Amino acid sequence: MATVELKNLRKTYLTEEIIKGISLSIEDREFVVFVGPSGCGKSTLLRMIAGLEDITSGDLLIDGQRMNDVEPGKRGLAMVFQSYALYPHMDVYKNMEFGLKLAGMPEAERREKIEHVAHTLQLEPYLHHKPGQLSGGQRQRVAIGRAIVRNPKVFLFDEPLSNLDAALRGQMRVELSALHRKLGATTIYVTHDQVEAMTMADKIVVLQKGVVEQIGSPLELYHHPRNLFVARFIGSPPMNFFPAIFQGGDAAGSSVQLRDGSTLYVPVTSPGILPGTKVTVGIRPEHVELAPSGPNSGTVEVIERLGAITLVHVRMSDGEIIVVQTDGAVLTDVDTHVSLTLPPQNCHLFAPDGLAFEACRRHPLAA
Amino acid sequence: MALKTKTSTRIGVTILGWGIALWLFFPIFWMFLTSFKSEVQAISTPPKLFFMPTLSSYAEVFERASYWHFTFNTVIVSVGATAIAIALAVPAAYSMAFMPSKRTRGTLLWMLSTRMLPPVGVLVPIYLLARNTHLLDTCTGLAIVDMLTNLPIIVWMLYTFFREVPAPILEAGRMDGATRWQEMTMVLLPLALPGIASTALLSLILCWNEAFWSLNLTSSHAAPLTAFIASFSSPEGLFFGKLSAASTLAVAPILVFGWISQKQLVRGLTFGAVK
Repeated sequence: MATVELKNLRKTYLTEEIIKGISLSIEDREFVVFVGPSGCGKSTLLRMIAGLEDITSGDLLIDGQRMNDVEPGKRGLAMVFQSYALYPHMDVYKNMEFGLKLAGMPEAERREKIEHVAHTLQLEPYLHHKPGQLSGGQRQRVAIGRAIVRNPKVFLFDEPLSNLDAALRGQMRVELSALHRKLGATTIYVTHDQVEAMTMADKIVVLQKGVVEQIGSPLELYHHPRNLFVARFIGSPPMNFFPAIFQGGDAAGSSVQLRDGSTLYVPVTSPGILPGTKVTVGIRPEHVELAPSGPNSGTVEVIERLGAITLVHVRMSDGEIIVVQTDGAVLTDVDTHVSLTLPPQNCHLFAPDGLAFEACRRHPLAA
Repeated sequence: MALKTKTSTRIGVTILGWGIALWLFFPIFWMFLTSFKSEVQAISTPPKLFFMPTLSSYAEVFERASYWHFTFNTVIVSVGATAIAIALAVPAAYSMAFMPSKRTRGTLLWMLSTRMLPPVGVLVPIYLLARNTHLLDTCTGLAIVDMLTNLPIIVWMLYTFFREVPAPILEAGRMDGATRWQEMTMVLLPLALPGIASTALLSLILCWNEAFWSLNLTSSHAAPLTAFIASFSSPEGLFFGKLSAASTLAVAPILVFGWISQKQLVRGLTFGAVK
C-alpha cells in the first residue's frame, strides 16, 4: 500500500525555476509515467521524490506522510538509474545485499531474499559476477533486482531502458510490465520514449518546461489531447496540422474552412469562439486517407515502406509536409499527385492559444 | 610507403624517448657510480667510467653518522604526514566533487595558490610558531608542516579522481540507505582506491625528499635523511664520494618503493575505467 501525492511542488536552481508548481496524486499500485522532451524537468521531479534533490517549496506526501526532509534511504523508495549505477567493485550478490545489510537484516534472511529475486529475474548464474562482466540487459536486471529486493513502497525508474538496443528495449518493456503486475507496487517511471509511456502506463503525466501539460490514461492522451503540445508529443509519427478559419458551430460540431476553400464539420464544441478566428485542425497520420483526386492536393515527396504500413510524405500546395500512414501494399509512388481526405470524426480543433476544443463525444476507450 | 614513414617516425620517437629518459636518469646513475669510487677517483678529470669499486665511502658514512636514526625519522615524518593529509583531504575532496557550491572552484584555486608562495616567505612565522609550541626539532612538528604544504596538491588530486566516479553510483548508495559517511567509505573509497594510492605515493615521495623545512626546523633529534645528506656537504669542503654514498643511501628506499608500486601509480594516473 503506497500512495504518492505532490502538492504544488517547486524547484529553483539559483534564480531559475525548473519545476513550477506541480500537483499530482498517484494511487496505490498505479504505474505512472512522466514523459516530456529533454529538459522538461521530468528527471528533476523524480529526483525530488527520491530525495536526491531538495524541494524548494510544496509538499511531498508518501502514504500521507510529509517526506520533504526525510533522507532518501528512509522514504521507502527504490530507484533504478539510467546508467544502472551498480557498484562496480561488488559482485551481483553484494550489489543486491548492500541495502539490506545497511538496514540491519540478518544474513539468512538476506540470502533468502536475494536468491528469490535472482530466481525471478533469472540472475542465478551471475550472482558472483562483477557488473563489468555482464551485458547491458543483465546489468539492467541487476539494477531492477537491487530495487526489488528491498521491497520498497514505491519504485522509481529514471529512463531505465534508454541505454539498451531496440530489440532488448522491447523485451525489457514487456518484462517490466509483467513484473509490475506481479509485484503490484506503485511505480513512477520517467522516459522520453512515448512507446514506453503508451504501453506501460496506467497514467501518463506530460511535462513541458516544468509544467504539467496533461495527466491521463494513454488512450485519453491519444484521443483527447488537451492542447497542441500534447497532440504533437503523443503519437508517432506526430499529428499533422492544417491552418483553418472558424466559421461557426452548434451543439453537434464546428465548421471550419481550410486554406484550399474546402470546409470540414468537426464534431467538437466551440463555445465563445467568434467566426473568422484562426484555428488549427489536427489529424493523425493513421486517419488521413489518400485519394486520387479531390481537395487538399499535393505531391508525394518521400515514401517510407515499413512492411506492414507505409508512411507517405506529401508536399501540399502551400509547402507544408503532411504524413499519411497507410497500408503496406499501397502502390502510390514518389512524385505522384494525390489528394487527402480528412475524416471529420478523427479531426481535432485547436484554438489560437493552443487549447483543444472539447469533443462532442468521448472515445469509448478514453472515457 | 605510409607504413615505412610510420616505422621511421616510431624509431625516431623511441630514440628521442630513450634519450630524454637517460638524460634524466644520468645524475642518479652518476651519483650511484661515484658512491663506489674513492675520493681521488671521484674528482679525477676526465671522469672515470670504469674503475675498481670500493665501499670505503659507505663505511665512512656509516661510521660518521647514524643512518638508521635519520631513516627512522624520515619514515615517521613521511608516513605520518601522508596519513594525516589523506585523512583530511578525502572528506574535503568528496564534498567538493559531489556537493560543489558556488565557491568550490575559488576554494580550490586558493588552496593551490598557497603552493605558489616560496616557502622561505613564511619561514620566520612558521619557525616562531614551531618554537613557541615546542615543536622545533620534533617529528610531529616537521610532519605537520610537511602535511600542510602537501595538502592542497593532495586535495586537488583526490578531487580529480573523485570527479571520475559517476555520481549516480553514490546516489544509488544513498537510496540504499547509506549515510554520507557510509557512502564515502563503502562506495567511494573502494572505487577511488587506485587514485588514493597514487596520491599517497606522491605525498610520500614529496615528504621523503623535502629538504627546506627539514633543514630549518630540525637539528639532531628529528633530523631526516635530507639533513643527513646535507651534513656531508659543507664543513670540510666537498667530498663527492661520501656525499654520493650518503645520497644513494637516502634515496634508495623511496626509489625501490616507487619502483615496486609503479604499477599502482600508473593505474592511478589512468584512473577512470569505473563505469
